[in-house]
Amino acid sequence: MNKIQVETSINGESVEFLCEPQQTLLDVLREELSRTGTKEGCATGDCGACSVLLDDRLVCACLVLGAEAQGKEVTTIEGIATEEGLHPLQQKFLEHAALQCGICTPGLIVASKALLDKNPDPDEETIRYWLAGNLCRCTGYDKIIRAVQDAAQELAHPA
Amino acid sequence: MAEAVDYKYIGTSPIRPDGVDKVTGRAQFGADLNLPNMLYGKVLRSRYAHARIKSVDLSGALALDGVYAAVSGADFPEVQHGELGGEGGGDVADIAQNIMARDKVRYHGHAVAAVAAKSLSIAEAALDAIKVEYEVLTPVLDLDEAMSENAVLVDENCFTKNLPETPDKPSNIAAVMQLTRGNVDEGFAQADVIVEGEYRIPMAHQGYIEPHACTASINEAGQATVWCCTQGHFEFRSMTAKVLDMNIADLKFIASEIGGGFGGKTVIYLEPLAVLLSQKSRRPVKMMMTREEVFRATGPTSGTHCKVKVGAKKDGTITAATAWLAYEAGGFAGAPMGPGAMAIFAPYDLENFHIEAFDVLVNKPKVAAYRAPGAPQSMHAMEIALDDLARELKMDPLDLRMKNAADEGTRAPYGPKFPAIGFKACLEAAMAHPSYTKPLPEGAGRGVAAGFWFNVGMQSSAEVHINENGTVTVVEGNPDIGGTRASMCLMAAETLGIPYEQIRTLIGDTESTGFSNVTGGSRTTFATGMAVVQACEDIITQCKARAAATWGMDEDQVEWEDGRAVPAPGVNADVTPLTLAEIAANAAKTGGPLLGRASLNAQGAGASFTVNITDLRVDRETGKVDVLAFTAIQDAGTAIHPAYVEGQMQGGASQGLGWALNEEYIFDENGVMENASFLDYRMPVASDLPMIDTQIIEVPNPSHPYGVRGVGETPIVAPLAAAANAVRDAIGVRINDLPLSPPRILEALD
Repeated sequence: MNKIQVETSINGESVEFLCEPQQTLLDVLREELSRTGTKEGCATGDCGACSVLLDDRLVCACLVLGAEAQGKEVTTIEGIATEEGLHPLQQKFLEHAALQCGICTPGLIVASKALLDKNPDPDEETIRYWLAGNLCRCTGYDKIIRAVQDAAQELAHPA
Repeated sequence: MAEAVDYKYIGTSPIRPDGVDKVTGRAQFGADLNLPNMLYGKVLRSRYAHARIKSVDLSGALALDGVYAAVSGADFPEVQHGELGGEGGGDVADIAQNIMARDKVRYHGHAVAAVAAKSLSIAEAALDAIKVEYEVLTPVLDLDEAMSENAVLVDENCFTKNLPETPDKPSNIAAVMQLTRGNVDEGFAQADVIVEGEYRIPMAHQGYIEPHACTASINEAGQATVWCCTQGHFEFRSMTAKVLDMNIADLKFIASEIGGGFGGKTVIYLEPLAVLLSQKSRRPVKMMMTREEVFRATGPTSGTHCKVKVGAKKDGTITAATAWLAYEAGGFAGAPMGPGAMAIFAPYDLENFHIEAFDVLVNKPKVAAYRAPGAPQSMHAMEIALDDLARELKMDPLDLRMKNAADEGTRAPYGPKFPAIGFKACLEAAMAHPSYTKPLPEGAGRGVAAGFWFNVGMQSSAEVHINENGTVTVVEGNPDIGGTRASMCLMAAETLGIPYEQIRTLIGDTESTGFSNVTGGSRTTFATGMAVVQACEDIITQCKARAAATWGMDEDQVEWEDGRAVPAPGVNADVTPLTLAEIAANAAKTGGPLLGRASLNAQGAGASFTVNITDLRVDRETGKVDVLAFTAIQDAGTAIHPAYVEGQMQGGASQGLGWALNEEYIFDENGVMENASFLDYRMPVASDLPMIDTQIIEVPNPSHPYGVRGVGETPIVAPLAAAANAVRDAIGVRINDLPLSPPRILEALD
C-alpha cells in the first residue's frame, strides 16, 4: 500500500504524516497522530462530533481526506484554548453545565467558535440553525445555546 | 411535606471537577486509547436476519499479510444458561451468543467472526476474505405474527416462561407476566365512561453519540486489561469472565469516559472479542463500532403493541383499567415487559386492574435497556387513554389525574406502599405553571402527560482518602455519565463540612476500588452518594478519635462541626478546634493515614414522578410538527446539583420528543434496517427544539441522608404521550401510533 506524505499545520504547528489514500482527516488525527480530542460519532458527516476548522472553514473531518490537509491550516479542539487560558466558549460551557457526557463538546465548541468568529452577535435562531449539524443526545441543547449566547456577550464586552 | 433544609454546598451548581478536560479534548473516551504494537479488530456480521450457520472459514483472512488473529463462534467456550444479575444483566448464554453467533444468526448484523490486523483497511479486507455458508431461513419481523400460532420460530428451544404449565410447543413468546388487583369486570360495570385504544410504537435506539469501543491487552499469564466505554466496568468484567470462562481476578476493567449510554452500554459487545483476539495475536487489540454497526447490532429498545382500556365514573374516579402489552425482545429474550407492566398504572390509586405483558422474540437485534426501560411505551398508551377519558368527561386532564393520584400510603401496582412521593406536588405545580395557564399560540395544540420511574438502589462502594494537606480524594466505581463526580463532591463537602473545591472524585478501575453496579437505574447519586456519605462519616469518626487522642479525651467527648473537631457541648477543655487539614498533617503520629470506606446494597430508592406540558404546532401541508414549548416538572427529592438535574430533565425530554416525532427503525421485508445512519434515523437537532423549561420539585426521599431520588430516567417517559396529546389537541384527530412523523400526520389529516 503506497502511503501519501502530507505536510500540514495543526493548531499552528507544522506536522508531517503518512496516510493511506482513503483515510480521512479524522482517521489521521485520531489514529495516526493520536490527537483524540476530535471525536468520531458516525463517519458520515451527520453528527458533527468531528468538527474542525480547515483554513477557517468549519468542516466534518470525516468528510475530508487526510491528503486534502496538504498545505492547509487545521484547527482542532486542542487548539482552542491559548496561553491565556480557556476560550470564553469553553468557560461558558462549564459554567452553564452545557455538557453531560462531553463527547459532542469538542465538536460543538469548534462549531460555535466558527459561528462567533463570523457573526459575533447571533440570535437564538441563528445559533440553533448553525449548530444543527452537531448532534447532542444528552442535553436537549438548552444549556448549550445559553452558553454560546453568554460567550458571545463575553467576547463582545470583555469583563 | 418535609421541611426545607438549609444546605451549604448541596443545591449549588459548581463547575464539575472533570470539566476542563472535557472542554479541551483531553478527556479520554472509549476509542481514545492507542497503545504501542496495537492491532485493530473488526467484526464480520450476518447478511441475513435469520439463518443457520453451516460453516465459517477463516483461512482466507489469516492468509493476508498483516492479519494476526481471526475468531468465530467455535473459538468461544460453551456457556450454560444462567442469570447474571444487575441492571445490565441477563442470561449469560444469550449474551455470549449475541456477541458471537454459534449455530444460528438471529438478526441482520449478528456477529459471525472477528479479525485483528495492523490497520483498519487490512482488517476490513480480512473480513471480505472470510467465507461463511448460511442456510437462509425466513425471518419473523412483525410482533403480532411472531405471537401467532404457527409463526416461524426464532429459537426452537424457547418455551414460554411463567405460564401455569410449561407448554409442550416452543414459541416466540419467551415469557409472560400478569398483574391483577380486584375485579375489573365489576369495575367496568361501575363506570359511566369507558375509553379504549390500541397503540403501536416501532423500535428506537438510545442514540448515544459515542459508538462502542474498547482496547484489550492480555499477557502470557492470562491477565487481561480492558479499557472500554461502559456504564458499569464491574458488570462488564463479570459478563466477560462468564463469556470467556475466565477468572474475574484475571480481568482488569478500566472505565474510560463514556459518550452517552442511556442503558445501551450496560451490556457487553466487543470486550470478549477484543480479549480473545489479543490472546491469539499476543498484541493489544482496539475495536470500535461504526455507527451503522451500532444501529444494526446493539440493543435498541423494544417496538411494542399495546392495548389499554380505562373506565371511570362521571366525577373522574377510575373504576377499572386493563392493559395488554407486547414487547419485541429481538433475537434473544429479555424485553422490558416487567418494568413496563409495573409502571403503566403507577401514578394512580386503582382498585381494579389487570395487566398482561409479553416478551416476544423477533429477528431483530437483541434489545437493551433504554432509559426507564419499558415505561415510555406502556405509559404512552395509558396517558393517551386518560387524555381521551378527560375529553369524554369534559374534565381538565390534570384534574383527572389529581382525582386518582397516588400518594404516600397508596399501594403501588407492583406491591409495596409508596412512602412520601411527589406526584401530587408535580400536578399542583403543573396546574399553576404559566405554560399551562398561558394562552395557546395560534394554530398550536397543548398536551400533558404524567411519567414515573421506580429508580433502584443496588450495590456501591466508596473510599475517601484524606491527603496530607487536608484535601480529599473520593474513589468510587460509577462511570460519570452526566456530572455525578460533582454530586459526589457536593455530598462529601456537605458531610465533611469543607469546601467543594478541596474535594476530587475519581472513578476507580476494577482493581482499585470496590464493586459497584452500573451507572444506570437512576441509582448513582442515590446509592453511590449514600456510600460516599457513609465513607465520609467513617472519616469523621476517625478524625474525632485522632482529636481525642491529641487532646487526651475520650472519643465521645469530641464532636465534628463545620469541618473541625471540637469538644462536645458541656466538655470543659481549653483546646483549639482541629481542622481536617491539621488532623491530616498530624496523622502519622496519631495512628496513620486517614482512610474511610463504605459499601452497601442501597435500600429505599425513591420513585420519581413527572408531569410534562407541551405546545406543538402541526403544519397541515407538510405534516411537520414544531415544538413551540416544553415544560418538565419532576420530583428530584433533593437536587444535589440543580443544573445537572435540569440537564437530565432536558435531555430526557429531547429523547422523548425525538421518539414521539421522528425516531423509528425501518426494516425491509428481509429484516434489514433501511435507515441505519444519523441522516435517516432522525434524532432532534438544535433547530428542532425550543428552550426546555424545567421545574424541580423537592419531596425528599426519607431513605437517603440528603433526600435524594434518582432523576435520570423519569424524564423520557411522559414526552411520548404529551406530544401525542398535543397533536390531538392541534388537529382534532387522535393518532395512536408513533412516531408522529409527517407521513403519519398527513395520513390522519386525510
